[in-house]
Amino acid sequence: MKKFLLAASAASLALAASMGVAAARDQIQIVGSSTVFPFTTAVAEKLGQGGQFKTPVVESTGTGGGMKLFCAGVGENTPDFTNASRAMKSKELETCKAGGVTPVEIKVGFDGIVLANSKAGAAVDLTKDQIFKALAKNVAVDGKVVANPYVNWSDIDASLPATKIEVLGPPPTSGTRDAFVELVMDAACQEEVKAANEKGCGEIREDGAFIEAGENDNLIVQKLEANTNAFGIFGFSFLDQNADKLQGHKVDGVEPTFENIASGDYGVSRSLFIYAKKEHVGVIPGMAEFIAEYTNDAAWGPEGYLADKGLIPLPDADRAKVAEEAKALKPFGS
Amino acid sequence: MTDITAAPLPPGRTPSIHTDAAAKSRLKSRYGAEMRFRWLGAGAIGLAALFLLLLLSTIVTQGLPAFRINSITLPVNLSAVPADPAARAGFDYAGVVNDALGAKFPDVTGRQERRLLRGIVSTGSGVILRQQIENDASLAGKTVDVQVPLDDFADLYFKGLLAESAAPQQLPGVTVSAASGDVGVTFSDDAIARLARSVGAIEAEGGVLRLTSGAASLLLDVGGGTVKLTEVGPGNMAKGTVYEALDASVSTASPAVLRTITTPEASRKITDREIVWLDRLKADGAITSGWNTIFFTSGASREAELAGVWGAVVGSFLTLIVTIAVAFPIGVAAAIYLEEFAPKNRLTSLIEVNINNLAAVPSIVFGLLGLAVFLNFFGMPRSAPVVGGLVLALMTLPIIIIAGRASLRAVPPSIREAALGIGASKVQMVFHHVLPLAMPGIMTGTILGMAHALGETAPLLMIGMVAFIVDIPGGFTEPATILPVQIFMWADFPEPAFQQKTSAAIMVLLGFLILMNAIAVILRKRFERRW
Repeated sequence: MKKFLLAASAASLALAASMGVAAARDQIQIVGSSTVFPFTTAVAEKLGQGGQFKTPVVESTGTGGGMKLFCAGVGENTPDFTNASRAMKSKELETCKAGGVTPVEIKVGFDGIVLANSKAGAAVDLTKDQIFKALAKNVAVDGKVVANPYVNWSDIDASLPATKIEVLGPPPTSGTRDAFVELVMDAACQEEVKAANEKGCGEIREDGAFIEAGENDNLIVQKLEANTNAFGIFGFSFLDQNADKLQGHKVDGVEPTFENIASGDYGVSRSLFIYAKKEHVGVIPGMAEFIAEYTNDAAWGPEGYLADKGLIPLPDADRAKVAEEAKALKPFGS
Repeated sequence: MTDITAAPLPPGRTPSIHTDAAAKSRLKSRYGAEMRFRWLGAGAIGLAALFLLLLLSTIVTQGLPAFRINSITLPVNLSAVPADPAARAGFDYAGVVNDALGAKFPDVTGRQERRLLRGIVSTGSGVILRQQIENDASLAGKTVDVQVPLDDFADLYFKGLLAESAAPQQLPGVTVSAASGDVGVTFSDDAIARLARSVGAIEAEGGVLRLTSGAASLLLDVGGGTVKLTEVGPGNMAKGTVYEALDASVSTASPAVLRTITTPEASRKITDREIVWLDRLKADGAITSGWNTIFFTSGASREAELAGVWGAVVGSFLTLIVTIAVAFPIGVAAAIYLEEFAPKNRLTSLIEVNINNLAAVPSIVFGLLGLAVFLNFFGMPRSAPVVGGLVLALMTLPIIIIAGRASLRAVPPSIREAALGIGASKVQMVFHHVLPLAMPGIMTGTILGMAHALGETAPLLMIGMVAFIVDIPGGFTEPATILPVQIFMWADFPEPAFQQKTSAAIMVLLGFLILMNAIAVILRKRFERRW
């Protein structure tokens, strides 16, 4: 027993000693948005399959969390790329610059945010205005700002079904929620609400009509299957992969399809980005090759493998421009 | 009793308070209460068992399909592979697999169609072929049968999870105008029109029913090929597109088989064309269903058919080794000192209270501690099992100390006194007599602590172990992930095949937990001593 204990404590000491010296990193580290995660992982795997480099490690930390880690500084202990479901904010760029980091922005594609329900439920054609009225915390009725009085969809417009407003959506920590608020709620905000409270446009009702369903979009899909009257808000890739169970609603008369989002006709879509750390290119092996793999038409093109995963490609001219700038490592914000 | 009855009774009381009506009803209500409690208890157990059964049966029924995989065996011509391994960099291995598949369907020539055909084989087929050639260099230059997995959607189709189809119907007299391209089809009666109407065909002018992608698909096997019907009517006429070339046009009425795929093409992730190809390959015997070894031997992947749990199992193993190497010696030493040597004073009781509190701290707090201390202060690598192990060791330490102290306390004082009485020193008494007797209890506590650590994800979120890692970790400082994290990530992927993988991985994790708990039970039963 004594020997065993001695051996065990010796082993733990040896372990503790070995940990201090971390070997030079030969593997790319990527952090950031959970929306871009499914695409970046696919590219990372392809790079690893080439056999030349180790497969990059991709963490899903959320856009904001990723920016914080990415901008913390230069060195082996900081990530090389960050995924973002929105562009870098000027404040974040300042932090980056203060840390000596030169970010290189690469716009990789679009993601549509869809409103969908079960195929067994009614298909409806909504306008952004109607969505705002259904989900805002405060709305204007007869020129006065009041707490949202609408209970059924038909209360907003007689053409809509006479079912209870029940929408499952992402929590405020999610990038999808930020984008939804920006693209729909802010865009369709009523003058009276805006005048009453500058921030009021983004406030979503808390009386049970909007249900925060967590970050896991699969969970929303399952709940929609169970409750045919409920609507869900999530990324296009989940609608695409669950086309047998769900139908996407038209927004302002445009159906959420691959083609409509790619062409920019569908109004509720956002750009997805990755940011590379210029200082690490040439130091961490494989970074230039990773950028080349991502900005290759076999990956992000209309027929690339990322399109199969649900990424909506940029128009041809934009792709060529972004690829060129990425290759030249053009610093962001210059 | 007699004393009581002899005593003067208050007015309105009968002589025996134990037998009167009020007593009987009291007794009845007491029995009733007991009975209700028993039923409630049994009901609670039943309900708990029901939920457990429901949970397990959902996981098992969803996860079982993931343990099998459909693969395709293709004769691949490897004559183009350079004999010199150094010259193979950049060789298109996936290309030769696709050529072999294309050779099976020489009619498929269009670019879009060839792309669709390529899609039925896993995109990892090139990597699998490369590994086979690297393992056996003699393959280069020959034509060999290579087995590669099907794409996840094709795999799901064969598992019956993607498209529902009705039973095939035998039709007696069918003619087809041509062997390929767009064709006219005649039937012996107009039953086909009724069928088309019932599966959601759209009425058009002139009694024509149009079968769009929103209706069920009607596939007609006739004359050695397959025709997909696009329009039915008027009467017993129909139009279709040949998906698989017929031997020749069918001018005399011949028997045919009509297959109905009830899930409309628009709402499934597999097209009619792919279904025709896959069924042909299946009929040729090229597709076989087998035990999914990939699931148990490979790491994570974005392609469901290539994803496995082995990377996560190795990661969990490395993490737990670090955890046990750190937590066990420190925990046991702390328990021995506190129980056998430490003076009983304010300081030690303060420590004791703190250890008990530490056992109840939410695990995410340990993750934050790990981030602040191990990553930011000591500069250890992100996503490494050594850091994960240390964080989990901090988390399990209080559990081991508490279990260790309880087991040491359970050893009777007579053993200690006897050892001291025959002249043993205190250290000898502890290490020769008390500790061996307490060991089964300590081990049980440790294994349960380890099982707890095996199921944790929250503390690892902060130190970067919740990550997509393809390579199997080879050491304590290489990036790794663990089983519960793998489950969490698969549950979040949109592809339906990952839902089955999630349940299958849960079954693997449950297997490990049951194994660890069984070891704990066996240790307790075998070595436990009662006094």
